[in-house]
Amino acid sequence: MNTPFRAPGHGHVDRDTTLSFTFDGTAYTGHPGDTLASALLANGVHHVADSIKHGRPRGVLAAGAEEPNALVQIEAPFPEPMLTATTVELYDGLVARGLSGQGRLSSEPDTARYDTMHAHCDLLVVGAGPAGLATTLAAARSGARVILVDELPQPGGSLLGSQELLEGAPAKAWVDEVVAELDGLADVRILQRTTAFGHYDDGLVLALEKRTDHLGAAAPPHVSRQRIWRIRARQVVYATGAYERPVAFDDNDRPGIMLAGSARTYLNRFGVLPGEQAVVFTTNDSAYPAALELADAGVRIAAVIDAREEVPEHWRTACDERGIGIRAGHVVTGTSGIERVTRAHVAPFGHGDLGERQGIDCDLLLVSGGWNPAVALFSQARGTLRYDAGIGAFVPGEALRTVRAAGSADGTFTLSGCLADGVDAAWQALSAISRTGQMIALPTPAPLPEAAPTRVLWRVPSPQEGLDGVLQFVDLQRDATVSDVLRATGAGLRSVEHVKRYTTIGTAHDQGRTSGVMTSGIVAEALGVDVADLGTMRLRPPAVPVAFAALAGRNRGELFDPVRVTALHPWHVEQGALFEDVGQWKRPWYYPRPGETMDESVLRECRAARTGVAMMDGSTLGKINVQGPDAGVLLDRLYTNLMSTLKVGRVRYGVMCGVDGMAIDDGTVIRVAEQEFLLTTTTGNAAKILEWMEEWLQTEWPDLRVHLTSVTEHWVTIPLVGPRSRDVLALVAPDLDVDNDAFPFMSWKDTTVAGVAARVCRISFSGELAYEINVPAWYGITVWKALYTAGSEFGLTTYGTETMHVLRAEKAYPIIGQDTDGTITPQDLGMSWVVSKKKPDFVGKRSFTRAENQRDDRKQLVGLLPVDERVLLPEGAQIIATSDIPAPPVPMLGHVTSSYRSDALQRTFALALVRSGTRRIGETLYVPLDGRTVPVTVTDPVLFDKEGARRDG
Amino acid sequence: MQLIACPWCGEREEIEFHYGGEAHIAYPEDPYALDDEQWAQYVFFRDNPKGPFAERWVHSAGCRRWFNALRDTVTHEFLTVYGIGAERPSHTSTAPAAPRAKGQEASR
Repeated sequence: MNTPFRAPGHGHVDRDTTLSFTFDGTAYTGHPGDTLASALLANGVHHVADSIKHGRPRGVLAAGAEEPNALVQIEAPFPEPMLTATTVELYDGLVARGLSGQGRLSSEPDTARYDTMHAHCDLLVVGAGPAGLATTLAAARSGARVILVDELPQPGGSLLGSQELLEGAPAKAWVDEVVAELDGLADVRILQRTTAFGHYDDGLVLALEKRTDHLGAAAPPHVSRQRIWRIRARQVVYATGAYERPVAFDDNDRPGIMLAGSARTYLNRFGVLPGEQAVVFTTNDSAYPAALELADAGVRIAAVIDAREEVPEHWRTACDERGIGIRAGHVVTGTSGIERVTRAHVAPFGHGDLGERQGIDCDLLLVSGGWNPAVALFSQARGTLRYDAGIGAFVPGEALRTVRAAGSADGTFTLSGCLADGVDAAWQALSAISRTGQMIALPTPAPLPEAAPTRVLWRVPSPQEGLDGVLQFVDLQRDATVSDVLRATGAGLRSVEHVKRYTTIGTAHDQGRTSGVMTSGIVAEALGVDVADLGTMRLRPPAVPVAFAALAGRNRGELFDPVRVTALHPWHVEQGALFEDVGQWKRPWYYPRPGETMDESVLRECRAARTGVAMMDGSTLGKINVQGPDAGVLLDRLYTNLMSTLKVGRVRYGVMCGVDGMAIDDGTVIRVAEQEFLLTTTTGNAAKILEWMEEWLQTEWPDLRVHLTSVTEHWVTIPLVGPRSRDVLALVAPDLDVDNDAFPFMSWKDTTVAGVAARVCRISFSGELAYEINVPAWYGITVWKALYTAGSEFGLTTYGTETMHVLRAEKAYPIIGQDTDGTITPQDLGMSWVVSKKKPDFVGKRSFTRAENQRDDRKQLVGLLPVDERVLLPEGAQIIATSDIPAPPVPMLGHVTSSYRSDALQRTFALALVRSGTRRIGETLYVPLDGRTVPVTVTDPVLFDKEGARRDG
Repeated sequence: MQLIACPWCGEREEIEFHYGGEAHIAYPEDPYALDDEQWAQYVFFRDNPKGPFAERWVHSAGCRRWFNALRDTVTHEFLTVYGIGAERPSHTSTAPAAPRAKGQEASR
């Protein structure tokens, strides 16, 4: 099957295979090796989409990642928004449509895999064009570990889009030869279809490899679709090439207007003729090869419009041979046509004045305003850029210690120069890591006559009075024009960064590759300053759009964050528990019975703990083992109370404060032996407290002989709670004397529980008679099940974190981090009793006597009882003094920290931090709620069993 | 993602580390000899220089050891790492490298 705009004998597409695809509802064909853009052009389709703001028809301007116009939405085989048609490889069955700027996320889940690879190398080379290949070869021959990444499906870069010869043969022969040698070297890795998009600290470069996108529906499901490469490179060489820059003129956005070099690429890489009759508008030499090669392939070149007064003789001769007229000192001032350019208007442009205009018919208008080195990644690496007035572009300044640019990315535009520069970059990079580069024989390109200078031209004056710049598009994707830029400078903006944000130029998917430098030029002209002083927009990662799915890789769904479960977890799941996330832990929240609401479950669980017996999985409690001769000294310095006097066999509750005197954690400490303590921390705080203790031990008191070990996961911890807990324990621990005198509150015993060696502590986080049974985690489930069975005759009920919270709140046991916020002292919590008066010093003590800590309007922990017993206050609700909400700013007295329904109290209740709270006990305060205020009575925080009569059973 | 050279483990990515603030701020020898303002200086106030800065880091997700580092706050570059008890290296510093006596910070 043939398409009308394929040039015979050109391009690297596989014409023996035909691919079918659909664009905007019409079926077309293309070949392997095509991009969607090249296949469309081969079918004569130039109008891809309409512009986002003005709805103007737009076509294909470029042939690569710099494309500002041709955005498409892929509909099948997998929906994907916002891709550039110039970078989508064609596959069979592709269904796409043109996009006006905004895509649409798929509503179907993405079933493809994405993953991440880590790699390390001596040298990372980005770009497999002539410079990058030369760099890679020179470095690889010296034995260095080299990674070469390249965004195209095949190596060669710009050589794929030209007809240049090396050693008299097509350049591709040299490319194949180099790649064959590199493929044979074990320490060289070549990644095609891989785009480096971010340069980060210490030589970390992120690259996106598209592994199966080009296979469409034929992609094997077991292969990841895209892969993020995290490459740590000792040295990086950016051989990223250059992007051609257009010139702004009236109606410069019509389909059929294309960068000259891109047209050359379409011919030579894809065998596509982007038009039948072309006008070529240039400011430099580079458009001539495009004009000549297209002419030789059958495109009628109606005229070359060269803005320069002087055209080099050899180009003139070559054009004459083909009957191509050159109009030197002319410019294109505007175009005609609607869905495709039909005519270019040209005029002499001597010294800033336009002469008489004349129209030239064409269906293709090629433009070249010069070339901008692709410096995005060099710039991200904090490389400085220098304006080169000769080419009108920003080029890399000094090489960095570990990063350099090579080839046209470095402002070298001849083939021989790029090859030599590539080798030079390899040598410099290797020398920076004390290696020596190898001499390689470089192929000789066909000799080129001396290049003539570029005429730096950002825009052509508008020939229409009063329309200055209105139809001259700078950023085609953002529909931003020269007049938008002038409006920005007119509004007083002087920095290109500000102009960028005012006009949105350079903020689209293409990051302003074709518009950024042009904007600098136009702003500089408008302000009458030198472009070199003005600078250009800073380029930030990612350099190309990257899907979040790719960045997430495997870290999604269940693998998004590590999940920690206790040894008893499967049992909880089996029993239908609902879970709560506490840090990374999954903790049973409550165990609903069929038909129960959460409130009903929690009230039932609470009732069991207060009237019968209940147990929970407390294994997530942080546990730190403290050993050494100075263990007691360390704990004395870190806890507010005295720990060194604790006797073996006893337990003490303790609070830790920061140096500012604010509570940071609490828990129990047991003395295991003379030189060994075991302390517990709040579940979510375990790592932080271990680090805190290590900080003091290592940085302040390294003389203390103490070792700290996290043993959180070594133990399964089961609080057994309630008036009948002693009966249950007695059944499973026959060796243990459970009598209150033999085993008093705040003591612990080693014994055997259900045949397993266990440590049982008599501590209570509920106010009830309670035991905390600790067994090695391996045996946890055995003991748990034994307790469950033994408890059945007493109606033993399992409970979750919600019930635990209700029980402890009824007793005003605070949760550090919920009832405190980093500004609350132990005294504010009503726990002066836990602060030692005897110890000369401990962390936090000095701060207690600060004036701020002595204020009588500090926030203090109190209880709140809503006057309406059914009202459940939301946690976080604010508290005010009046029943009417005063005008802002509303004086806030504090906030609700914990709020629950209580079975024991048969009503709702809350804990709150309230200014001068202790003094306000008995007062009525108000909580704004749903547009009204709810009256609440301030009470002592302990609302249940204030005498502590229940803890001994 | 910066690399930080843990003195014990070698270069590791920065996510393995936690920051510990300015180094060489010793716990005052006698906190009760300080008035509230002097004490507040110790608790709340730290230098914030532009350039080399001595600070503490801990290799939390590695060996759990604390160490000192000299880091350029302009470039984020780690100039050197050194032990907790060691003096601030002078060769890379722009400020006088005189070690501070314990408790001295509070009155500075």
